[in-house]
Amino acid sequence: MITLYDYELSGNCYKLRLLMSMLGIEWKTVPVDFYPGREHKSDWFLKLNPLGQLPVIDDDGFVLRDAQAILVYLASRYDPAGTWYPREDPKLLGEIGQWLAFADGITGTASAARLHDGLFYDFDVEAARAGAHRLFRILDEHLWFGEQEGRDWICAANHPTIADIACFPYIMLSEEGGIPRQDYPAIRRWCDRLKRIKGFIVMSGVFPAGPARAA
Amino acid sequence: MSNTALCSDDVLLNDWHVVADLANLSAEVPFRTRLLGIDLTIQAGRRHGRDVVRDDSGEAVASEIRYGFLWACLGTPDRAIVGVPEAGETDRHLVTGGSIAVKVSGLRAVENFLDMGHFPFVHTGWLGDEPHTEVAPYKVEVTEADELLATECRFYQPVASPTASEGFVVDYVYKVIRPYTVALYKSNPVQKDRLDVITLFVQPVDEENCVAHPFLCYLKDGIDAAIVRSFMQLIFAQDKPILENQMPKRLPLDPRAETPIRADAVSVFYRRWLRDHAVSYGAIPART
Repeated sequence: MITLYDYELSGNCYKLRLLMSMLGIEWKTVPVDFYPGREHKSDWFLKLNPLGQLPVIDDDGFVLRDAQAILVYLASRYDPAGTWYPREDPKLLGEIGQWLAFADGITGTASAARLHDGLFYDFDVEAARAGAHRLFRILDEHLWFGEQEGRDWICAANHPTIADIACFPYIMLSEEGGIPRQDYPAIRRWCDRLKRIKGFIVMSGVFPAGPARAA
Repeated sequence: MSNTALCSDDVLLNDWHVVADLANLSAEVPFRTRLLGIDLTIQAGRRHGRDVVRDDSGEAVASEIRYGFLWACLGTPDRAIVGVPEAGETDRHLVTGGSIAVKVSGLRAVENFLDMGHFPFVHTGWLGDEPHTEVAPYKVEVTEADELLATECRFYQPVASPTASEGFVVDYVYKVIRPYTVALYKSNPVQKDRLDVITLFVQPVDEENCVAHPFLCYLKDGIDAAIVRSFMQLIFAQDKPILENQMPKRLPLDPRAETPIRADAVSVFYRRWLRDHAVSYGAIPART
């Protein structure tokens, strides 16, 4: 059984819950009092992850940290169809790796702005917002050109991959950091498509897709 | 009006407001916040460790520590910090819920806290669920202590609390204690004759920004303090985007400004009660 060391309001924890739900696998959570308790900096947690960051999983004794790394592991191990992380397709794997790194950039900007605005983190919020807008512009153009070619997802495949899961949460939560998405129509359409994937679940601050265009 | 307009409501200036959860303060780094449009810096001080200093004048304002929070008063305190009697009961967890900044008037945050009608739509699967959307009639009154009290509130909740194992009809009592302070009394899922208490101390940062500081007094029976806290954050973070998208960001006090339905009775009373107490900060005053 997978144990997820979890904080409800963390987008990086949410992306793991989201993938596990879409894969239909079971897990249990250990809530970590990230805020205001800073339990991720406590002695017991630092033994689990010396970086003092969420999320961490423990899969029958195999402990892994870093949201993107855990997505790779879960998809490789628990997706029998092999579509979320197609291990046999080098180009696609390269693309996925590229966008997983991009997702880390979203965490470093959009998530930082959200922590500043909502939870009083002492970050340079203007720099964080500007950085997020730069990344959103790049992703929006990428998705828009993809749509012209009939591609619905971030990577060149006819199905979503863990790159989509990795980028989604902190984009959806961006307005809490003062980063509106109205200038990114292709991102908004992509978010709606992602919300209609079977097994989609919400977190606090993320709402389900409206019924109007439900498949 | 700029959202940094200064406050001229004596009822607010001479009252106590939470300015920080002590858990957010460190001895090394000053903590910056704002109260009623005034920028404040919280520093490690001589007395009890904390001073709250105005950035404009460099003067310290009145401050106290209570319930795990740091409190400040910009004027001359004309009454005590809100009393929470349940905080004296030894079989309760007393925990701060995690202060969260919200880009909306604090009066909007109080009003949302009083509203049962949004449960099935915003807290779907937790505090409400379709088709159980009807808000049954309830009572609202102004008490002798000049507090606003809503009683006989009942609502079906699938997961009313972190320890609820099944849905049940939950009894609620709401009390508006001060303009920016509201409490919720809710039946405990284990000891159904006793009530868990959530008091929401709302810090009016400026007219269009607030910080919600929840204070939780939950019966310890069968539940950890950490779970109480995480449940509060789960619920409040569902409200946050809804609150931040309310327009206008200040609360209109004119009875003709927004159209209430019967379920909004407590909100109608709240707005009238604010008018009667000459609260204008964070509000759009009624036309005269």
